[in-house]
Amino acid sequence: MNVIPLDFEKPIAELAKKLDDLKRHLRGHDIDLDPEVRRIAAHIEKTKRLTYSNLDPWQRVQIARHPQRPYALDYLRLAFTDFVELHGDRLYADDRALIGGLATLQGTRCVVVAHQKGRDTKENIQRNFGCAHPEGYRKAMRLMRMAEKFDLPVVSLIDTPGAYPGIGAEERHVAEAIAVNLREMMVLKVPVVAVVIGEGGSGGALGIGVADRALMLEYSWYSVISPEGGAAILWKNGSQRAAAADALKMGAKELKEFALVDQVVPEPLGGAHHDHAAAAMNLRTAILANLAELATVPMKELLAARYRKYRAFGRYAEGTGGGASQDGTGGLV
Amino acid sequence: MPIFRKPAFNIGGNAKKLQIPAGTFQACPSCSAVLHQIELEQNQRVCPHCEHHFLIGSRDRLGHLLDPGSFQEADADMEAVDVLNFRAAKSYKDSLAEYQKKTGLKDSAIGGLGRIEGKEVSVAVLDFAFLGGTLGSVAGEKITRCIEAATERGIPVIVISAAGGARLHEGMFALMQMAKTSGALAYHSAARLPFISVLTNPTTGGVIASFASLGDIIVAEPKAMIGFAGPRVIKETTHQDLPPGFQTAEFLEAHGLVDMIVHRKKMRATLSNLLGYLHQEKRAA
Ligand SMILES: [Zn+2]
Repeated sequence: MNVIPLDFEKPIAELAKKLDDLKRHLRGHDIDLDPEVRRIAAHIEKTKRLTYSNLDPWQRVQIARHPQRPYALDYLRLAFTDFVELHGDRLYADDRALIGGLATLQGTRCVVVAHQKGRDTKENIQRNFGCAHPEGYRKAMRLMRMAEKFDLPVVSLIDTPGAYPGIGAEERHVAEAIAVNLREMMVLKVPVVAVVIGEGGSGGALGIGVADRALMLEYSWYSVISPEGGAAILWKNGSQRAAAADALKMGAKELKEFALVDQVVPEPLGGAHHDHAAAAMNLRTAILANLAELATVPMKELLAARYRKYRAFGRYAEGTGGGASQDGTGGLV
Repeated sequence: MPIFRKPAFNIGGNAKKLQIPAGTFQACPSCSAVLHQIELEQNQRVCPHCEHHFLIGSRDRLGHLLDPGSFQEADADMEAVDVLNFRAAKSYKDSLAEYQKKTGLKDSAIGGLGRIEGKEVSVAVLDFAFLGGTLGSVAGEKITRCIEAATERGIPVIVISAAGGARLHEGMFALMQMAKTSGALAYHSAARLPFISVLTNPTTGGVIASFASLGDIIVAEPKAMIGFAGPRVIKETTHQDLPPGFQTAEFLEAHGLVDMIVHRKKMRATLSNLLGYLHQEKRAA
């Protein structure tokens, strides 16, 4: 596969092209340019390391949105086996933007729910660019309840710009569908591992994201609002998206430092789109390790720990003055 | 609106010319009647001419709902922390200081214990005047504590929402308040205790996509704007005209989300009645 270079990758792409040209030229010529080939190859490696170790938040967002990035179905094909897709919310429709079904992960049977983007225009219309309607969230809940019934762990793959802002989505209460998932996932009696594999757009992402272990792929983003939305609201200027991406702290590394996610899963150099198979192996290894750990935890403890984890999210200052309602228990004791 | 059906006291576009002293009189945005502040306050900030429900502060709201003197506020001194060191067009710290000064509130939520016609409830209220009532760490923590306190005490929870959504300045910490509050409701619900969600103008974004949609009973004030995405975003995304009354309380009642629409002045009696149906207070042994 020819990887389409992002703007900041163009110097690397140009060097690579130079190297290719040189190699092609060498074929059929009896001149020794090996030192030059090695020199360019080394320069490429150096430029790559430099570029990818100094990515700014906006560049990371671009990688998360790369049109060749592996999507859920790619991972289901490469990291899982025997995926059986199950359709529909039993209420209204089947949402192709949020898929689900049964799958096996190296011998471990599980239920998978996942956002799915389209690879081309035609597929993107079908997949609604990974923006789910209420039916997607309700299908996911139906499948998670089934997972609970048959004691199968849940794996959630998150990759959405956000829940779909449309008339039908509002008429059928996408907000309620997400809210119910947040409440029910908190007490779902099977282990849940969620991984942001690309974009983690706000409530639309969290709607399948309440989990015992929340993971993020190295170049994915997860945020209360998209960089564009944040720029429009807080800067009143959509072109400030790079500044918003920076200010909102939406990258995997930052969120791990805040302990808002549990683990960052490494990607191949430059992003998962450079090597789908390697990215899938990393994902599989990470999910399996977490599922194995969670499998040994008694259910009561698992649920208590899940609640404790989310319960601790939030930073605030408690009053330091005197009085009855400042000791953290307030007037409630 | 037909131009020949203007109500009494309407001065319409002349309001500016008359130079009404700011804060004393206010034109009703619905019927254009000019209302004196005292008249409006005495009527629970409902227009006496057209029943338009104005925004109302969280303390006034509780004053109208709870038995006099029954409110025991919890965590009154809890304040936001600028955990992301957030700077947009304005810094988060400056915004917080500005809204604290403007509203006299520490943050968007207040909560605690109170009584409605003698019935003990745990109650939290969001105030739209403080940074759009947004759900950040403070509001999320206060609401969660209210729910947990209710679960522990075996009493109902009432949350009155008025919010633009999650507080963007707190990034993912804000988003996670949705999971935290909703999760606390799972345990409250499992204890078979009632949660009544009251939706007031406006209730949107991350608030309607979490606790506000999870009421055993969802009550809304008339004409309140309630929705997940903003109407402008929906229009820009879909290139469709929005149906009449889209995202109003009435629209949502017709589409099956809202159980009942209740006039502000009937809210206390209605909540008391609902609590009476859903919850029997434990008798002293
Ligand atoms: Zn009026």
